[in-house]
Amino acid sequence: MLEFPTWKKVWLWGVTLLACLAALPSIFNAANIRWPDQLPDPTVNLGLDLAGGSHILLEADPAQVRAQRLENLEGAVESALRSADPRIEIGDVSTRGGQLSFLVESAADVDRAREEILPLINGTGLTREWDLQVMDETRFVLSPTQAGLDLAIDNAMEAATDVVRKRIDALGTREPTIIRQGSDRIVVQVPGLSDPEQLKQLLGQTARLEFKLVDPQLQQAIPSESASTAIRAGTQVVPYAEGTGQEGFSMAVRRLGGIQGDSLVDARAGVDPQTNEPVVNIQFDAQGGARFARLSSENVDRRFAIILDGEVISAPSFNEPIYGGQAQISGNFTTESAYALAISLQSGALPVDLAIVEERTVGPDLGADSIEKGMIAILIGTLLVIALMIATYGRFGVYATAALVLNVGMILGIMAVANTTLTLPGIAGFVLTIGAAVDANVLINERIAEERKRGRRVVAAVENGYKEASRAIYDANATNFIAGVLLFLFGSGPIRGFAVVLIIGLFTSVFTAVVLTRMWVADWLRKSRPTELNI
Amino acid sequence: MRLLKLVPDNTNIKFLKWRAPFYIVSILLILASWALVFSEGLNYGVDFAGGLEIRATFEQSEQAPIPELREQVGSLGYGSPVVQQFGADNQVSIRVRLPAEAEGDNEAAQRIANEIVAEIAANHEDFRLDGNDNVSGKVSSEFRDTALWALIAAMAAISLYIWIRFEWQFGVGALFALFHDVSLTLGMFALFQLEFSLQIIAAILAIIGYSLNDTIVVYDRIRENLKKYRKMPLPELLDLSVNETLARTVMTSLTLLVALLPLLFFGPESLFGLTAAITLGIFVGTYSSVYMAAPILIWLGVNSDSFVPQEGVAEKQERIARGEQ
Repeated sequence: MLEFPTWKKVWLWGVTLLACLAALPSIFNAANIRWPDQLPDPTVNLGLDLAGGSHILLEADPAQVRAQRLENLEGAVESALRSADPRIEIGDVSTRGGQLSFLVESAADVDRAREEILPLINGTGLTREWDLQVMDETRFVLSPTQAGLDLAIDNAMEAATDVVRKRIDALGTREPTIIRQGSDRIVVQVPGLSDPEQLKQLLGQTARLEFKLVDPQLQQAIPSESASTAIRAGTQVVPYAEGTGQEGFSMAVRRLGGIQGDSLVDARAGVDPQTNEPVVNIQFDAQGGARFARLSSENVDRRFAIILDGEVISAPSFNEPIYGGQAQISGNFTTESAYALAISLQSGALPVDLAIVEERTVGPDLGADSIEKGMIAILIGTLLVIALMIATYGRFGVYATAALVLNVGMILGIMAVANTTLTLPGIAGFVLTIGAAVDANVLINERIAEERKRGRRVVAAVENGYKEASRAIYDANATNFIAGVLLFLFGSGPIRGFAVVLIIGLFTSVFTAVVLTRMWVADWLRKSRPTELNI
Repeated sequence: MRLLKLVPDNTNIKFLKWRAPFYIVSILLILASWALVFSEGLNYGVDFAGGLEIRATFEQSEQAPIPELREQVGSLGYGSPVVQQFGADNQVSIRVRLPAEAEGDNEAAQRIANEIVAEIAANHEDFRLDGNDNVSGKVSSEFRDTALWALIAAMAAISLYIWIRFEWQFGVGALFALFHDVSLTLGMFALFQLEFSLQIIAAILAIIGYSLNDTIVVYDRIRENLKKYRKMPLPELLDLSVNETLARTVMTSLTLLVALLPLLFFGPESLFGLTAAITLGIFVGTYSSVYMAAPILIWLGVNSDSFVPQEGVAEKQERIARGEQ
């Protein structure tokens, strides 16, 4: 018990001080003192609930990815069979039930058709993306495989994350965190952002831009209720977007022959010099520009619809042929919405619609207020605990208190090095950990007192006290550790925040409350050889 | 001797004497809690029910116009909102649940929130939005599921550990004590219709952690005494164990209370629910360790042979007779 070799002492102090040192930058930051740049500065991140900012959870719609994939397959199959030599005729094409099915018209072509289709369904990697079945000799049925779907969703999410990142970067927000979560979600966290309206607008926009000719026979907007009567072969009806002043109306447009937004090379918010209204100026690439020139020259004085995410935002007329690939989008924009649209167009369309399924915003004032009040309360609490411990256990109370302070330092230090985030529930974890640390010392001290009462001599009482109490401390911490790990594995956000602090704290509290105090007590016993314990 | 002595030496309180009535009362309380949970339901916050919560300050006002807000937000037709003072007198929290027809509509919470903010901002110039939480129905039901599974998994694993380290009776006892604590906490939340959120789950976890600490300290002492006093009748031995650890129990509870009370009274409003739940848990957890976890061992048939391998009994008795441990 009294034997603490020097190497062991050096090691224990080294670990303690190193961990506590790592906490310094965080403590200085919290007190608004500048930490010198030359020094390394691992810091504890404050969760958005403490620091203020916005947390947004976006979710993709897998059904949309499935539908798009099916459409692409249909196109690929049709063009492959059409370009086969000699051409393979098919009929009765259907995409119902998520499957593509069609008839090969001549039974003699079935084998050739299969040859053509096989490369299309095997994908690029090792996963087979579609299952091919031939029924009744000539009916081909292509159904998606789970692996293929997963891959498609994964690719779409990868690309969507990129687009989201570009859009947020374009806003110039500081230190955003953008992480994919699970198979179909993206978490966006922006510290310090208290009004996320613009951000939400930006992320909620798929930004699929299309230019389509308005049905030449029906140049006027029609009330949406009677829109179905306006559909003719080759046209479709598209409703006006909200905020355009034309809500409740729709436009009949030509289904084919339009221009897609993916041939854009640039988009910028600007002001129309004539009307002084905010607009978005766009620039097509060479190919898109040429198509736009042809479309406009063939349709002078006719209207075309500018369609964003399946809604008409405006339907101006071609006053003259437009060459040079530059065009202007107008549509009752505000300066902000024009800017947001320009950013969305620049960063490209999202490969899949994203819905905002969770949003949490904490204003910076509220966050700062929480921290300040929390700090004061924790300070008062700590002082009271220290007073109580010293009043009850005297010298041993002083040791326990010192251990407690080092414990807090070590938790912060380890959290800083591991780059974890402290949240409000994390503070609950802190309280529990400190409770456990105090409890460990109470257990030890009570046990020492008990052993003394039974008449053991000082050194033996201390030795036994530590030994006997350690068993309960060990079991209590082990159970809490198991709980912590499971909570981390199964829990969601806030519960994880709690679990992380708990897990780190269990180790540091055993270390400080059992190991460090024992070293100090041993030193004191050896130096002053007391015959009585004030405990 | 020490300055402060909370528990006199050689206390001998007959805790276990009243075990039957306490058990009856506790079981009734557990049943009542669950009845309350099922009949009244928990007042789920937006985390678990979906919907939105807006926190705002009326900067120029002494007092937030609560009745007015209730009316204005209510007039939008999303059911009756919960409008409460939150923090200072001029701060409020407005909570609106997702209407049933919004099911499957991922962005309903977003839209409704925007509408409400616009409505209030139009009527109050000094309105400042401090924060908002909007949670879709899908995400909130996921939160409910993961929280439930995390709790169940943690409790099961803890019991398993205690079974391995002690004996199966102790595992069952600890599980029962934890169940008691969780039930009563839930019952309390159902009774007073306090907002039940993810933070409260964190608080319940802290309660479980604390109660478990307590239970293990008592169990450790019981295990020790079972080896030491092999002839002592179990109720008496349990009483002795509880009494021996009483000083520690009182001291630890007191220190934690001393640390928590400032947080309860001076801490941030956002931590109030969490701190209140943990404070409550200290009482419930301590009680359950003494009155639930210990007496159950009598009925489960723990005896002095529980910790002694059968073939080693004679040898062990011999050693004890020699005064060793």
